[in-house]
Amino acid sequence: MATREVKPGNPGIDPATGEFRVVGLGETFQSVTEKITRIVLTPHTPLGWLAVLGLGGGGATALLVAVTWLFFTGVGIWGITQPVAWGFAIINFVWWIGIGHAGTLISAILLLFKQTWRNSISRFAEAMTIFAVVCAGMFPILHVGRPWLGYWLFPYPNSMDLWPQFRSPLLWDVFAVSTYATISVVFWYIGMVPDLGTMRDRAQAPLAKFAYGILSLGWRGSVRHWMRYETASLLLAGLATPLVLSVHTVISFDFAVAVLPGWHTTIFPPYFVAGAIYSGFAMVLTLAIPLRKFYHLESMVTDRHMDNMGKVMLATGFIVAYGYGMEAFMAWYSASHWESFMFWNRMFGPMGWSYWMLILFNLVIPLTTLWSRKLRTNMSFMFFISIVVNIGMWFERFVIVVTSLYRDFLPSSWGTYRATRWDYMTFVGTMGLFTTLFLLFVRFLPMIPMNEIRMILPAAKIKAKAAVEAGD
Amino acid sequence: MPSREGTYGLLAEFDTPSDLVRAARQARQDGWRRLDCYTPYPVEEAAEAIGFHRNKVPLLTLVGALMGLAAMFSLETWIATLAFPLNIGGRPLYSWPAFVVPAYEWTILWAGLSAAFGMLALNGLPSLYHPLFNAPNFRNGATTDKFFLCLEALDPKFDLVETKEYLEALHPVSVVEVEY
Repeated sequence: MATREVKPGNPGIDPATGEFRVVGLGETFQSVTEKITRIVLTPHTPLGWLAVLGLGGGGATALLVAVTWLFFTGVGIWGITQPVAWGFAIINFVWWIGIGHAGTLISAILLLFKQTWRNSISRFAEAMTIFAVVCAGMFPILHVGRPWLGYWLFPYPNSMDLWPQFRSPLLWDVFAVSTYATISVVFWYIGMVPDLGTMRDRAQAPLAKFAYGILSLGWRGSVRHWMRYETASLLLAGLATPLVLSVHTVISFDFAVAVLPGWHTTIFPPYFVAGAIYSGFAMVLTLAIPLRKFYHLESMVTDRHMDNMGKVMLATGFIVAYGYGMEAFMAWYSASHWESFMFWNRMFGPMGWSYWMLILFNLVIPLTTLWSRKLRTNMSFMFFISIVVNIGMWFERFVIVVTSLYRDFLPSSWGTYRATRWDYMTFVGTMGLFTTLFLLFVRFLPMIPMNEIRMILPAAKIKAKAAVEAGD
Repeated sequence: MPSREGTYGLLAEFDTPSDLVRAARQARQDGWRRLDCYTPYPVEEAAEAIGFHRNKVPLLTLVGALMGLAAMFSLETWIATLAFPLNIGGRPLYSWPAFVVPAYEWTILWAGLSAAFGMLALNGLPSLYHPLFNAPNFRNGATTDKFFLCLEALDPKFDLVETKEYLEALHPVSVVEVEY
């Protein structure tokens, strides 16, 4: 059903297609440029921004304290022990990196599918990816116990004559995540170069002129440059697409390759990737809804974006639901005593509450409500759903890591898992770091790709010669 | 090396992409070869109009991809069979399926870096100075909402007075001389 039948006369709806507009009515090259550059170039820093930066900075400071104490004393301050040796560190690692995946999906996969509605949200979704990978990457490095020897993970000639073991998924992870971080940063920066040129040309302050001048690499908008740039963007998108799928696949191998009930399943790669996109879109919404309100970007991040993101979450949510269903089915169908006990224990054991939290937050609340277009375009509701899914996806990783480990084959080695205050402090700290980095990005870099918005404006349409002469 | 003094070219400013494309087509048709368009977003039709159809970025990316693949796969093979052979459950030393994942990641890594830096290198960027930035109206519009056509002095047809008249006949908003 077309949207115009739902809301006749709504100015946010394009009468030609009956869909929500991707860019608000009446935007021009000039107005788009003005709106986006003003956020960055104004000398006036909003109080709200400072307040949130205070919160984020507080969190980041907590992270610094937690990590400093960790370096002094070692990973014993965390709740990890036998049998749960992979606690918050791995849960948070997988959670953060999954969040990052939506950024790549929006910037790369939707670009390949020519989904032009993605243009206005792609830049900050990519920024979200990078900052999420920064937070994610910290956990395995801290978890190795002696982080200052982290470079041992890489193959390099050394005096010990040691080389890494390439048959382990944990080493694959090193290459997957480091490649992902590098390509994400390159894609993000290359995508920003033309916009940095705009910033350079519009900046008034000498320092801003200098900084944007250097960062824009002398971009001058030659169509020859643009064509190579477009080719490179498409190629990077084409490369980032298999990359993003491979990253979470490799992360799921960390679990699936181990011969442990609850981990050793073939559903893991697609189920992890879908979950990553699910939680990532939730995080994009968590960021986009306050941003568009605070910076009055309703004409560029429109109801169309909210509606479409809601639909993507609905689809990926159902893939995740299929994953849960398949796990339960295999526990029964495998006829393996260990598998079925693990699953019974996951649902009804001492930590069963976490499984039901996961079902409630990931399936029950979002998958019953996201069907409604009215709810998908209701900002308060979408913000609520985004938080719900973020929590749900964190519980998913908690369930996978903890409830598979704490009661393994031998009852004599059963244990439990309790996170310590340092675990919580580190986790909350990474949220603070993420917030801080994101706020700095919003303040100092153009958060919406201006050149990509210009492309989809009506004024960008090339008219045939006859039409021009006719004064059309 | 082109001379570093005198005139770089003549720069015509247009308000709409359609006007630019029309003018660029005309100039190309009239035999201009040293010419370029400057737009605030990619205008494919303008590139077509000045006869720029293909570029070498895909080739560079392919070369990068193959180099990444070869580098990582041979490194893994060398480590696993010669430099540090490990017997893991009696499996063969050359257990190539396990080497696929890092080799795949490096294929993407090198291809992506080649695409990005190759594109910049082919564009001659970074180059923080360019004569066009001397034009008084260029920086006001080229990255915001104006469309420019530049006929360069290196073209054999170039003549300061005649070319200026020629450009004005294409109905631009303005024509200015760009100096080095």
